[in-house]
Amino acid sequence: MAQITKKEVDVVVCGLGWAGSLMSIELAMAGLDVRALERGGERDYPDFAYPKPADEYAYNVRNKVFATPKEVAVTVRYNSSQTALPTRKWGAFAPGTGVGGAGMHWTAVLIRPTPTDLKLKTYVDEAYKPGILQEDMRVMDFPFTWEEIEPYYYKFELICGQSGNTGNLRGQILPGGDPFEGPRSEPYPLPALEDTLNNVMFKEAATKLGYHPFPNPSACVSRAWKNPYGNQIAPCNYCGYCSKYPCLNYSKASPQTAVMDALKRMPNFSYEVHAEVVKVVLHDDQKTAKGVIYYDVDGNEVFQPAKIVVLSSFQLYNVRLMLLSGIGKPYNPITEEGVVGRNYAFLSNGGATLFFKDKNFNSYATAGATGQMFNDISPGNFDGPGLGFLGGAKIHSSQATGTPMAAALPKGTPSWGMGYKEGLEEWYNHSMKISITTTCQSYRDIYLDLDPNYTDHRGQPLLRMTFNWKENELKLQQHLKGIVGNIAKELNPDSMSMSFLPMGADFDLTKYVSTHNVGGAVMGDNPKTSALNKYLQSWDVHNVFVPGGNAFPQNFQANPTDTIGAITLMAAQAIKEHYLKNPGPLVQA
Amino acid sequence: MLLNKPTTRRKFLLGSLLALPLSDLVFKGLTAAQAAEMAAPELADYKPIFFSADEWQFILAATDRLIPAGGKGKAPGALETNVPIFIDQQLHSPEFGAEIYMQGPFNVHAPATMGYQIPFTPQQMYQTGIKLVNQWTQSNFQKPFHELSLEEKDAVLTKVNKNDGIDFAALGEENLKASQFFGQLLSDTKHGYLADPMYGGNKGMKAWIAIGFPGARASFTEWVKQHNVPYPLGPVSLLGESA
Repeated sequence: MAQITKKEVDVVVCGLGWAGSLMSIELAMAGLDVRALERGGERDYPDFAYPKPADEYAYNVRNKVFATPKEVAVTVRYNSSQTALPTRKWGAFAPGTGVGGAGMHWTAVLIRPTPTDLKLKTYVDEAYKPGILQEDMRVMDFPFTWEEIEPYYYKFELICGQSGNTGNLRGQILPGGDPFEGPRSEPYPLPALEDTLNNVMFKEAATKLGYHPFPNPSACVSRAWKNPYGNQIAPCNYCGYCSKYPCLNYSKASPQTAVMDALKRMPNFSYEVHAEVVKVVLHDDQKTAKGVIYYDVDGNEVFQPAKIVVLSSFQLYNVRLMLLSGIGKPYNPITEEGVVGRNYAFLSNGGATLFFKDKNFNSYATAGATGQMFNDISPGNFDGPGLGFLGGAKIHSSQATGTPMAAALPKGTPSWGMGYKEGLEEWYNHSMKISITTTCQSYRDIYLDLDPNYTDHRGQPLLRMTFNWKENELKLQQHLKGIVGNIAKELNPDSMSMSFLPMGADFDLTKYVSTHNVGGAVMGDNPKTSALNKYLQSWDVHNVFVPGGNAFPQNFQANPTDTIGAITLMAAQAIKEHYLKNPGPLVQA
Repeated sequence: MLLNKPTTRRKFLLGSLLALPLSDLVFKGLTAAQAAEMAAPELADYKPIFFSADEWQFILAATDRLIPAGGKGKAPGALETNVPIFIDQQLHSPEFGAEIYMQGPFNVHAPATMGYQIPFTPQQMYQTGIKLVNQWTQSNFQKPFHELSLEEKDAVLTKVNKNDGIDFAALGEENLKASQFFGQLLSDTKHGYLADPMYGGNKGMKAWIAIGFPGARASFTEWVKQHNVPYPLGPVSLLGESA
């Protein structure tokens, strides 16, 4: 195939999900020529007009809008003495693809971490005596203050039409919200979604036990919303097809609904789909990038020169592209030198399923984000040091969907035969969940690098993940089991089943947890321990910016998207205000 | 009931219905769902496009035991809902299994927590699994699986599910466990039972009607606030059938 060189642009954006679309619109609004390259296909409104998305088999089983393992598998092993094996099918996580990325089919829980979550190392040093935590734990602070980042959280929440109850307005604790949230400069843009039956039951039981539940903060909007870019998002109709589905009602904030309409109208923005970026090309001094090489839809190799390169693919693939391009030194877990690949973290889930003969939960009448949660068990808000572990969880009763293939059946129900069929008929629509979404700390020997054995369809090495549960995370699971068990008991179900990780559990790649993989190219104050500075700028190659979950030095209990939006917007602002005038490192090492 | 009437009337109706779009099918005495059910192929007349004749007999017999007809409730069985047609058509589709990363080497002895490490596509799993189960029943019962009694079929499927008593490695296949084949067959059977009827199974939306799932209605602004009240409306499908 031909080699093509394109005209130089100011900014090339690699990956058109949340991070890529936000970076594109912010830099295009500053007058820059922005060109985005998206590996997957176009995803536009006709593709998800009613009733097309109301199809559990296509979207939830066959993963219609996800990347395929065939294209972007990673390899996984539990420790560095093993040979890693590829994720031949998705299991524990499932990355998105195409315009909008995972932002098109996310569950749309839009929540901030707490100020303590963002200064976790500081908290550990203050609250934990030496020797309590595992020696190999490597948590870090995010390299900004609450006051610096808060306006960008709010800006992203305005873009999304965040719906929920305010808990802390400029230091004043308000009823109905999260009393543990960091001070907000402004209330939530929109009121909370409607509560479903499970919400009401969970809220009552949790409150009685002394916890502080509040509605899941949501980017499925509760009222019609016009955002700062001029895009309009329709009020959610609780269709029940949300997480893993594109929104059929234009109600879920996504790159499509919240950004792309305005962005596509800008003459200085263009984008190309089925454009697979394989390498960032550096100048000879390795201090700046010249542009990127990609393969277009016809298989041509194309060089796109650019003054600024934004890597805004999913976390795993941002790290892989940095490793393939020689941006930043690869991490070595023995010497702990190098930065690209370190501080990888995942997260765990679990919980209880409660069955009630006399209750119809109508769980298909829901928004993806519908639920109630509490943050009482988050770092700094309970006695983690006394219990001997670091971390926490959001404990929630969410009702993301009521589709039948996802239906839970009581313990003891056969998985096939007459017992299965009768159990399904008897118990469908009669269960609710109490769930945990946990923190996950980072460790010396948990990391990402390039796999020596398995390659993609172009012969390039796959990304390799070395990951397993550590004792700290399993102790946390055991503690949460007790709390969830008590709430469940309070609700007095006819039967229930519990699912928590036992001590000694291995990471199970067959059970979906969440696609909240983080770290690997983290932001920090020190170029020896972080790949990026606080503006997501590579310490080594100053015209490369890498927004995404890759920047988190460990995983907090909050869902990641609010923070990805906030740090991306803060980086975009720094590029506009400082980098354009004076291209070079925005932070002196 | 119309649907229980002799086949002549059924054939007459089908002949006149098949020319019409589904949205025009609601007329006197016949709901769209009933019409759609009649428009769906008869399992007995269906010619499989993926499975061979022997494999098809196995699929009919096995899915009938995985989701049997009858029982306490009103839920239909796999054969009444055309689940075998769903499986046949899915396996025939070029997309089915095309998403799997198939580059070797394969470590078939990896722990189950490492996920799918089988050097087979799902299509190859079916072909291999059916052949080996039939081989086992031939040596132990001198019959193919589909000719066994109901109790024998259930006993064989239990062995296949649990890797207990039927060892694919002992039958010459090191790369596939009986339980892996069972897992694929069971999940495809449930998907066919509960998926939208346009994929060939869940004929007449009867599985949805039985459990009370409203299908593709997908609009509940007024209903979300009605707590613990049974939802009154039947399902609709992606092609516009309603019941």
